[in-house]
Amino acid sequence: MTSIPMLDLTDVHKAFGPKQVLKGVDLKVAKGESMVIIGGSGTGKSVTLKCILGMLKPDRGSIKVDGAEIVGMRQSDRREVLTKFGMLFQGAALFDSLPVWENVAFGLIQSKGLNRKDAREIAIEKLRRVGLSPDVGELSPAELSGGMQKRVGLARAIAAEPEIIFFDEPTTGLDPIMADVINDLIVECVKDLGATTLSITHDMASARKIADRIAMLYRGEIIWEGAKTDIDNSGNDYVNQFIHGRAEGPIQMEVLKL
Amino acid sequence: MTNPLAIIGRVFLASLAEIGRLSVFAGTAVSHIARPPLYWRLMLKQMWLIGYNSLPVVGLTALFTGAALAQQIFVGGSRFNAESVVPGVVVIAIVRELGPVLGGLMVAGRVSSAMAAELGTMRVTEQIDALVTLSTDPFKYLVVPRLVAAVLTLPMLVIIANIIGVMGGYVIGTGKLGLNEATYLQVTKDFLEQSDVVSSLVKAAVFGFIIALMGSYHGYNSRGGAQGVGKATTNAVVSAFIAILMANLIITVIVFGG
Repeated sequence: MTSIPMLDLTDVHKAFGPKQVLKGVDLKVAKGESMVIIGGSGTGKSVTLKCILGMLKPDRGSIKVDGAEIVGMRQSDRREVLTKFGMLFQGAALFDSLPVWENVAFGLIQSKGLNRKDAREIAIEKLRRVGLSPDVGELSPAELSGGMQKRVGLARAIAAEPEIIFFDEPTTGLDPIMADVINDLIVECVKDLGATTLSITHDMASARKIADRIAMLYRGEIIWEGAKTDIDNSGNDYVNQFIHGRAEGPIQMEVLKL
Repeated sequence: MTNPLAIIGRVFLASLAEIGRLSVFAGTAVSHIARPPLYWRLMLKQMWLIGYNSLPVVGLTALFTGAALAQQIFVGGSRFNAESVVPGVVVIAIVRELGPVLGGLMVAGRVSSAMAAELGTMRVTEQIDALVTLSTDPFKYLVVPRLVAAVLTLPMLVIIANIIGVMGGYVIGTGKLGLNEATYLQVTKDFLEQSDVVSSLVKAAVFGFIIALMGSYHGYNSRGGAQGVGKATTNAVVSAFIAILMANLIITVIVFGG
């Protein structure tokens, strides 16, 4: 008997005007699995995430979360599904009108209905979990460095102990050491929670560290998918060019040559 | 060669589409007011930001306008030996028109721009997307508190503006133009009717709705980084100014058109 995938995308299409961004994405992520989607800029990685989160409505196709179809789902039911999700944004996306602890506790207060005192205690604990001291909780997000903002974003993503966590370019804009620290934290936190994760990145070091499986998205389609240990022997020219960062190969960058 | 009629047609259709989007936005926001949860804490904060912080600018505008108005009416009235009409004309002009309109325009300049800039920045830094992933409806959390606060606060501001405006006329009328203090206040009281005050408050509430709607709409839908936020801010102020002046005419014709 096969178990129901936590995330199941079938033939997902999405266009913006004449531009077809997703051309039939098929992807399954098993419970507790860490899937990383790699691919260049503009290949549809973020659009795929936004379709799963319900921020964009696919033109065609099916998206199931833990067996439940979410395309066309009612707003109130969708909010219920969203409580299963946590997300770390590329730029951390912290609310700059709130102190750090309230950013971390936001989901606990607003959607879980926890009182501020209890939520604050959990937030401080989560900040500790990502290596930040309790006094950071009183600071404003604008007072934090990029690496600290990413840690706070991670603390916010795991605060409500979600079943599914999305990581959008988790290491973009960080120095290599801080990027590795964030990767380690992601692996540890996800292991603690036993969560299913879907990450999008073009940082191969990050992908190799946090993934169980890797899928490559190119021009709106998944062109390769497999275990991370298989990626070096994928036999796919597109994948090989991407993971080795070569300018020469079948992927032609859309740049203007002066 | 481009057909001028085609250009006019395109602009007309684009304007209709924009009005349609604005109407849907306003309808969605109003429908959310009737459905819990309502964020009282955020509403009170917005009432403070919109109301209390606008008091100096609205008060000073009313004071100088009332004073200048008294001076002008005195000069005009003296040609017909009708200097005694100064208090009556000042109170009617201030309460029916200048108090709500100038107050509304000043608050629009201060508040619509601030709302558009704040929500626009939240949009381009993915903070609004982060709200969605934390199971919080951005309309309820961001738009509704601003709308309700502006609708409740503007009438209070306009009452204060009306009183200060009349006092501005009183100061010039009695201090410089030699009108009798007691007579000035008595004539002011005699000329003022209940319908004047009611129309002033209705106008203020409508202007409050317009100010928050334009600020929220343009900010919420801003695109394209810093430039997009700047454009949203300008559009919010310009559209709020035009909508306030249009709404003022409509309400004036309905209430005083006979």
